[in-house]
Amino acid sequence: MSATPQLPPVARLEQKTVVDLLSKGRRIDERTPENYRQIQVQLGLIEKANGSAQVFLGKSKVLAGVKIETGEPFPDTPEEGVLTVNAELVPLASPSFEAGPPSEAAIELSRVVDRGIRESKAVDLKSLVIQKGKKVQVVYVDVYVLDHDGNLIDAAAMAALGALVNSKVAKMEVKGDEVVVKGGHHQLPLNNYPIAVTFAKIDKTIVIDPSLEEEQVMSARLTVTIDKNGDICAMQKGGLSGFTPDEVRKAVQMAVVKAAENRAKIMAAAKG
Amino acid sequence: MVIVAEPKNVVAPGELLAEGDHLLGDNAYRIGTKIFSDCVGILEIDGNRVFVVPLKGGYIPRVGDLVAGRIVDIGLSGWSVDIRAPYEAMLPASETPGPRGPRRRDLSTSYDVGDMLIAEILAFDRTRDPLLTVKGPGLGKVATGRVVEISAAKIPRLIGRKGSMISMLKRETDCQITVGQNGVVMVWGKSPDSERVAVEAIYMVEREAHTRGLTDRIREMISKSRMVEQVAGTQTA
Amino acid sequence: MPEPKQPERLIDDKGLRIDGRRLDELRPIKLEVGILDKADGSAYIEQGKNKILVAVYGPREAHPKHIAMPERAVIRCRYHMAPFSVDERKSPAPSRREMELSKVIRESLEPVVLTELYPRTTIDLFIEVLQSDGGSRCAGITAASLALADAGIPMKEMVAACAVGKIQGKLALDLSDAEDKYGDADIPVALVPNAGLVTLLQMDGHLTPSEFEQGFSMALEACKTLHAMQREALKKKYATMKEVAEEKEEAEVVA
Repeated sequence: MSATPQLPPVARLEQKTVVDLLSKGRRIDERTPENYRQIQVQLGLIEKANGSAQVFLGKSKVLAGVKIETGEPFPDTPEEGVLTVNAELVPLASPSFEAGPPSEAAIELSRVVDRGIRESKAVDLKSLVIQKGKKVQVVYVDVYVLDHDGNLIDAAAMAALGALVNSKVAKMEVKGDEVVVKGGHHQLPLNNYPIAVTFAKIDKTIVIDPSLEEEQVMSARLTVTIDKNGDICAMQKGGLSGFTPDEVRKAVQMAVVKAAENRAKIMAAAKG
Repeated sequence: MVIVAEPKNVVAPGELLAEGDHLLGDNAYRIGTKIFSDCVGILEIDGNRVFVVPLKGGYIPRVGDLVAGRIVDIGLSGWSVDIRAPYEAMLPASETPGPRGPRRRDLSTSYDVGDMLIAEILAFDRTRDPLLTVKGPGLGKVATGRVVEISAAKIPRLIGRKGSMISMLKRETDCQITVGQNGVVMVWGKSPDSERVAVEAIYMVEREAHTRGLTDRIREMISKSRMVEQVAGTQTA
Repeated sequence: MPEPKQPERLIDDKGLRIDGRRLDELRPIKLEVGILDKADGSAYIEQGKNKILVAVYGPREAHPKHIAMPERAVIRCRYHMAPFSVDERKSPAPSRREMELSKVIRESLEPVVLTELYPRTTIDLFIEVLQSDGGSRCAGITAASLALADAGIPMKEMVAACAVGKIQGKLALDLSDAEDKYGDADIPVALVPNAGLVTLLQMDGHLTPSEFEQGFSMALEACKTLHAMQREALKKKYATMKEVAEEKEEAEVVA
């Protein structure tokens, strides 16, 4: 059952400060409404994973790892490999995260990141088939939130993409009863590079990439995931209020621009 | 100043009632110059005031209300009472009549779990549960009678303008009736049959509260029932 | 029951969909209010083959006490699908999808309920999908608004929801399950008309920004149509009692 979350007692004074500054076009951390915090991407930190990426978005920190194993395809897609995306809000990341089964926030985060990757067909699932209908490669993308300072969706989506971009996969083949490695590792074939862009509504202003403080006073949040062609592959509204249709339209327009900027950062990290 | 919806008719939440600078009564709210309903109810216009009488809704305690409730728990210094509200009420021992003093009493000898009470709401605000008192005429434990639970939203109709409906019911059914603002009504009659007719009449008010000619229809129903009673009575005698 | 196969085409030569609808047509909708006895408020919706029952309990005392909020009521929402509601039996245990939908449905209704009137209580919403055929979260929201109104819980207005999708490259209103499965995009939208706020918005699939714009506008218009249906269903429920009483009155006058 989903319940209205207990809101942390935000001091009214701080809330007022955020709103007052915004009415002058400024945010508490000196950004303008359309600016992201500083983004740092590092790939390949976890050698035991097929691929990994660490993203710092302001003070938020997310680490994603990809493991590729062999498994069976789903019965209705015998000629495709399997992709599963999971995100965890581990307790060390925030005083408000508890150990235990995934909260609805963790589930939403997982599913929104998954949607972006799956709907954009980022991973070439057909290239993962070893034996049609019997054996395929399964790509596990696990996203770990390590430090929560707001906008975990964008950070997690970037980390997941970075880990995929960084991933190497071995060619497998069936020999008798076993599946064995056929050849050396090569880059996991990717067809798309989705980027999530999240907006927060505070009073009447829309800001991009909300920090934790801003998330605590926002009335609603909207995530728009854009693929490499500037097309939309996922959207998710969250929060206790809503957006006007015009606010939605403006957000989509801005998301296209910002997604391209952030994608460039991931690709630059891959080359470096 | 324009009335948009039809007065005396059912309106829905969010329905546009009027446009202009009317006064806002219960269950009406304003966006700019437009006035909307916030519930399912009957639109009423009283002079310049626009309000909606809700057709349904639970009981929200108000200080001074007479309520009927059931004891559900006994604590150290009082009783917890279920008054069919989203908040459990408290009756402190200090708010019961009788000698006060250092002598410790077992609270259950006065009122026990399961007992019905008629009480008055002494205090209630957003930060704490309602506080009851039974000090006062007509208040206290109810030992006999029938308990009828109806929607609290229909209580004003059950009482009627200046008490007209409830007086008629008491007279015609020859029963004692105490109406709790919380939708719980206590009925005492000279016979089980007259109690039954009173109970049926109360449910009829609840069902048909927002219709015209209700008072007459109920009076007729009661007199028909009493005729049947009398006939049955003479046959068995 | 025979396993459904992938339809050859989602739109035929005449521009009609598998169930004979035009691209901009809603499925047939039936709305009923106040059908459950024990719930404080209830509603039932049929939209195409969707059959969804919603019950509201509350405002009631918060149990356990620690979930209560001092300034307002907590809204709790459970979206759940019956095991027999879909083609392949679904386990009764809550899935991750149901948990996500419970959250977004609750968030679509939060802005309209006047929760400040009932501090320290809960308002519980139970959405049971008895049969599912695409667009169940939207149909659930449409019915949930009615159930809340039926419970007498004050709300600024009712919320209506509808989804638009893309099938065979064309935008279509109110996708059925097959159309969603074999189509290219799905946009569920909920609208609060007076305030002009979109309180549910999700999308999955592939759309250009201009396709999204077109589909989004289509969904908003459909929400307004549904909103009128909600109002009618609510009034019908309470007006019937009035008519019955008036008929009795007339009959007595004639007799």
